[in-house]
Amino acid sequence: MTLKLAIFYVVAAFTLWAAAVVVMGKNIVRAAVALIFSFCGMAALYVLLDAEFLAAVQVLIYVGGITILLLFAIMLTSRIAAKAARVVNDQVVLSAIVAVGLAVGLIYASTSGFATTSGPPRLRETAPFLGWALLTKYALPFEVVSIMLLAALVGAIVLARKE
Amino acid sequence: MMTFASLVERLYVLTAAWGIPWVVPTLLVMTIVVSVVLAYISVAAMFMIWWERKISAHIQVRYGPMRVGGWHGWAQSIADGIKLLLKEDIIPTGADKVVFVLAPLVVFAASLAAYVTIPWAPGLIVRDLNIGILYMVSISSLVVVGIIMAGWSSNNKYSVLGAMRSAAQAVSYEVPLVLSLLGPVMIAGTMSMGKLVEAQGGTWFGFLPKWFVFPQIVAFLIYFTCALAECNRLPFDIPEAESELVAGFHVEYSGMRFAIFFLAEYANMFTVSAIATTMFLGGWQGPWIPVPGLPRDVAHGLFGLFWFLGKCYFLIFVMMWLRWTLARLRVDQLMNFAWKVLLPIAFANLIVTGLVLVVGGRALLYVAGIAILLLVAIALAARGAVRTARVERA
Repeated sequence: MTLKLAIFYVVAAFTLWAAAVVVMGKNIVRAAVALIFSFCGMAALYVLLDAEFLAAVQVLIYVGGITILLLFAIMLTSRIAAKAARVVNDQVVLSAIVAVGLAVGLIYASTSGFATTSGPPRLRETAPFLGWALLTKYALPFEVVSIMLLAALVGAIVLARKE
Repeated sequence: MMTFASLVERLYVLTAAWGIPWVVPTLLVMTIVVSVVLAYISVAAMFMIWWERKISAHIQVRYGPMRVGGWHGWAQSIADGIKLLLKEDIIPTGADKVVFVLAPLVVFAASLAAYVTIPWAPGLIVRDLNIGILYMVSISSLVVVGIIMAGWSSNNKYSVLGAMRSAAQAVSYEVPLVLSLLGPVMIAGTMSMGKLVEAQGGTWFGFLPKWFVFPQIVAFLIYFTCALAECNRLPFDIPEAESELVAGFHVEYSGMRFAIFFLAEYANMFTVSAIATTMFLGGWQGPWIPVPGLPRDVAHGLFGLFWFLGKCYFLIFVMMWLRWTLARLRVDQLMNFAWKVLLPIAFANLIVTGLVLVVGGRALLYVAGIAILLLVAIALAARGAVRTARVERA
């Protein structure tokens, strides 16, 4: 039982508990706060996988941007915390079957599906490597993503504009 | 020899030799480090609160605390702390208890976590992460989450307003903040705080230190402005506007919970000053002399610590000075300023820095030439527009 394994178990349990609160919580603000905790747990898992740049960006973008926007939407919706959120809908049985099937498939894939591949490369520093890769080998996807972001920005402005 | 990391190594070797499992030295080191940082934050925050009251008093031509403890009321902060501890803990009815209790903890945890990568002296960092500055900026964005939690769970319209304004302000000012910090990162080629300070050693012409504030003066000014906004300090005081919002998001907090918010705000002030000192003012770089009784690196470390704290507290003094001198910005003026003024200037700084780093010093001449041409064009266009307006009015 190394230190890394112990930390992994603690962080994984914390993330799973937070995700469970998000999905099954009745109070929507508490679910949003639990979402923040689950994102932080994901960032910790990234750190355990040696992707420290990704972890910092996860906290900065997901927690510092997306959840704040989510909380804005919740706070600006009138009387949203007045009644408890419905946790299950009418298709419980069908979705339970699909969810169990998906879980079985994912567990099989994670444990025995990658037998022929070697482990991920051990990098010393992710940030310079990512920067180099984004501007040389993956330059085209990088530019496509920036155009997509521009389209999203223009769309948001058009939607929010008052005529 | 005497760096923090080497001391920790020695402890691990010692305990392994005595047959103690690795958990013990790990937990011991972590506890000691966190205790030292917490103790520093508490003492520094108490000092800064007293200092703020004295500075505000002298700017307003009065004396400030004079009685508690004798000399200029130095124990006023201690008295305030004891008073806050003894106050009744009120949770408003209708408040979401879990989120209400959690909010100050999130704010303080985020402020505390940023102390991991502060370079106090050569070799004295808790952990010199190779994403140092990115880590500090990301962790500071957790403070905004805590503020929203506090505002919403208080079940109070003013709190919610204050929290939303604070979140909008913090998120808007984070963008030029990160962009302005990229300038020094590009020059130094690393995000690690320790290496950023080391890259600012030496002098030009024998007397001008090679701090990044000289080539990156625009970035420094943008960073300082955005740092004031991130700390919710005047002139970006709308979230806690004392005369407008009745203290905004922390109005329902009393006693120790309010003390945690207060402590977190001053801890945050020190953090942003530390970042500004590291990135722009050369961190612990400064002239030093070997002291006869101590080993060389300990003397260097002590002088470095003195320079670092001196620069940090100078910047904190400037923050306090600005608070009691400038007027508060209205919330729409605030957002306007962030998105329409600071962001374009930050981008321009980034572009010019990149250009100069790649092309060399000549690029500055080209940029200056283009800037002059643009200014002339804008002046002519403005004169033309004014002339047309005068003709139309007549």
